[in-house]
Amino acid sequence: MPLYHNDDQAMLKDSVAPFVAEQAPVSHLRKLRDSADATGFSRDLWTQFTEMGLPGMLVPEAHGGLGMGHMEAGIVLEEIGRNLTPSPFLATSVGAVAALAKAGGTQAGRWLPAIASGEAIIALAIDEGAKHRPDRIATTATRAGNGFRLDGKKSFVLHGHVADMSIVAAKTDGGITLFAVPKDAKGLTADPRRLVDSSLASHVILDGVEVDADAVIGEVDAGGDILDALLAATRTGAAAEMVGVGQGAMDMTVTYLKERKQFGKLIGEFQGLQHRAAHLYGEMEVARATVMKAQQLLDEGSEGAKLMVSVAKAKAGRAANLAVREGVQMHGGIGMTDEYDIGLYMKRDRALAEYMGDVHYHIDQVARMNGY
Amino acid sequence: MSDLDAFRAEVRGWLEANCPAEMREPIREEGDVCWGGRNWVFKNDAQKRWLEACAAKGYTVPDWPKAYGGAGLTPEQTKVFKQEMKRIHARSPLDSFGIWMLGPALLQFGTEEQKVQYLNPIARGEIRWCQGYSEPGSGSDLVSLQTFGEDKGDHWVVNGSKIWTSYADQADWIFCLVRTDKANKYQGITFMLFDMASPGVTTKPILLISGNSPFCETFFDDVEVPKTQYIGEINRGWDVAKYLLGHEREMISGGGAGGDMVSIGGAFAKAFGKNAAGELDDPILRAEMAAFDVDVFAYRAMGERFMDMWKTGRAHPASSNMMKYVGTELNKRRHELVMSGGGSEALEWDSEETKGGARARGWLRTKANSIEGGTSEVMLNVIAKRILDLPGA
Ligand SMILES: Cc1cc2nc3c(=O)[nH]c(=O)nc-3n(C[C@H](O)[C@H](O)[C@H](O)COP(=O)(O)OP(=O)(O)OC[C@H]3O[C@@H](n4cnc5c(N)ncnc54)[C@H](O)[C@@H]3O)c2cc1C
Ligand SMILES: Cc1cc2nc3c(=O)[nH]c(=O)nc-3n(C[C@H](O)[C@H](O)[C@H](O)COP(=O)(O)OP(=O)(O)OC[C@H]3O[C@@H](n4cnc5c(N)ncnc54)[C@H](O)[C@@H]3O)c2cc1C
Repeated sequence: MPLYHNDDQAMLKDSVAPFVAEQAPVSHLRKLRDSADATGFSRDLWTQFTEMGLPGMLVPEAHGGLGMGHMEAGIVLEEIGRNLTPSPFLATSVGAVAALAKAGGTQAGRWLPAIASGEAIIALAIDEGAKHRPDRIATTATRAGNGFRLDGKKSFVLHGHVADMSIVAAKTDGGITLFAVPKDAKGLTADPRRLVDSSLASHVILDGVEVDADAVIGEVDAGGDILDALLAATRTGAAAEMVGVGQGAMDMTVTYLKERKQFGKLIGEFQGLQHRAAHLYGEMEVARATVMKAQQLLDEGSEGAKLMVSVAKAKAGRAANLAVREGVQMHGGIGMTDEYDIGLYMKRDRALAEYMGDVHYHIDQVARMNGY
Repeated sequence: MSDLDAFRAEVRGWLEANCPAEMREPIREEGDVCWGGRNWVFKNDAQKRWLEACAAKGYTVPDWPKAYGGAGLTPEQTKVFKQEMKRIHARSPLDSFGIWMLGPALLQFGTEEQKVQYLNPIARGEIRWCQGYSEPGSGSDLVSLQTFGEDKGDHWVVNGSKIWTSYADQADWIFCLVRTDKANKYQGITFMLFDMASPGVTTKPILLISGNSPFCETFFDDVEVPKTQYIGEINRGWDVAKYLLGHEREMISGGGAGGDMVSIGGAFAKAFGKNAAGELDDPILRAEMAAFDVDVFAYRAMGERFMDMWKTGRAHPASSNMMKYVGTELNKRRHELVMSGGGSEALEWDSEETKGGARARGWLRTKANSIEGGTSEVMLNVIAKRILDLPGA
């Protein structure tokens, strides 16, 4: 498979890019923020996403979806990133779908069609502290009645307070098990916090939450592989979104360099800025290629995917971070103003960088996977 | 089985039958790289057999047309061929400026006669070429070059000097930029080809910081060049030169400018030892090496994408500048880490155990990566202007 978009993918991009840019440009985020919206995204927009068939892109056809791959999902995510569009797409349509499709069974049958039809929003309740450490899950699931009892705390749960279902990772006797915990489960509370990028993420408390045995996603104790699938998909998706964020910031900045005059010249004429912009361009191109490679390997079910996913999250993290920092700096004073969009890119990048493992976490993973 | 799968099977079988075991070993020293040419002394019989087998099949230049010594492979087949070569760690049968640079320029600008005349010997490794671009006063600002060819009717008489001419002392022929119109900066340069054995050509090796002297000063003293030996149009050599530079950059970046693409930390873990947690026993160096590994694996993905796009005409024409810039900076970083990882051993300059100070010499050699074929700063200028379309000069 060549490492560029084929004709079908290019067509998808040609329809998604203008759609997102028209329906949910950065002003859409501003509107949600300024109205102190309590949901974190627009339901109307999600309905439009559904009309385009986007929520079920990765859902297998047998469950009412389009059966597409990570490469295609990445196209949508890049546009979401470029426009800073608040949306449950990443967690619901990428992360949750990857886990449910891998697990199959009752929960897949129940939730995948609901995701495809745009009815269900899913939250991923994995992390438990300020940093992403999925190998240190302390939430417990103990057998009770004909099901399980869940106890623990989860943090940084995007859409946790509005999700119809949360995928909760918990420790069971023999390993990790994933549970589908419905919104109205007793003992489940989600306390939403406004983040720097004005999205909402919850602190979730599981206080003796009782679920039936069939709430298990996949098999008891065998959630490790499913969790891995969820993480790989979400990390790759976040990397794709970061490429969009970085690209959006870079495009804004390059445009500004061609418009702003100082010392009687366009600032884009100064070699000091040209070289930094050109360096940034190189980093962004490499990041994009890396994310595409991770998507391709995931779609092929290749063994090399795991390494490339971490490489992609780390590389996209570095490149997008450079893009937003240079973006604000090269805008000068105006880059510091709330009125100007460039700062919003910096904020979104920060949130995505932290999501599902930051640059350092993934660099460390790369070292481990290479035996050091 | 798809056509491509069938082709893969065919290549695999052919390599199995034709690639000698000695040619599946990593390159260890200069003599392991086969440059060919009139004066080439094969290092061993395997090197000779490998070149002959590939040349007969068109595999020294797999994507060139068959009429010019290639195998006429499509971009997809070429990719498969390279993958199969890589799979068995096969050495390149022949490396040369003729393949990397002159060949593509001839394919683009040469007459039918020139293609037949020059490309076949390049493909068979019979003529070794060198590149006469830079002059003492003209490096980054190449177009300011002064070497002059005076029009004498059926030939030019060339006078001047070139510098940094890699392997000039071992080359058979030179492709050379010569000013033929002093009044016109850009449209006054002709792209000439001539035999280094022509009367009036002399070379003088230059010693480098690595202790090697792979390149030379080259002097032209009333050298006669027949009027048939130029490419493109007279006075329009700059077009050819620029096109060729694109390929030089493609070669420098595609040909592993990021360096050997395996994990660097993995290689050093053995030498350093690991701590109780199984980690390389120097946390700061471990972190730097891991960050470097991320960049290398990422660059490898970029290399694949770049090649896929370049070969199918999708890449921005100036994107080879970006590849060259990123790849060469990466390779320099690799060798800094190699030196750190090697510690005092890597400092040894001539001991047998260190293969004559191979690490130190290699480290010093890589500093040229971001100079040769156009400096990093010049690459950034080109990206800024041609890709980002930034204003000014
Ligand atoms: C928080 C804050 C508080 C401030 N408080 C005050 C205050 O109290 N009083 C006051 O008078 N001002 C104040 N300023 C303004 C500040 O001094 C200017 O923002 C600053 O001088 C930069 O000018 P600029 O914003 O017009 O950016 P520009 O000059 O437009 O610069 C844009 C970008 O181009 C770069 N650039 C410009 N020229 C060149 C060049 N020749 N070579 C290379 N790069 C170049 C800049 O470095 C920058 O990255 C404040 C600014 C901020 C952000
Ligand atoms: C190992 C090696 C092999 C080589 N082989 C060959 C060969 O086979 N044939 C051949 O013809 N040449 C060859 N070269 C020459 C090479 O192409 C030149 O060295 C190169 O183009 C740089 O030119 P220069 O050395 O004159 O540096 P200069 O042009 O003098 O540059 C000096 C410094 O100034 C910077 N600079 C110059 N102009 C600008 C600008 N506009 N903006 C910003 N920075 C600038 C440069 O980046 C550099 O850092 C080789 C060089 C090396 C090191």
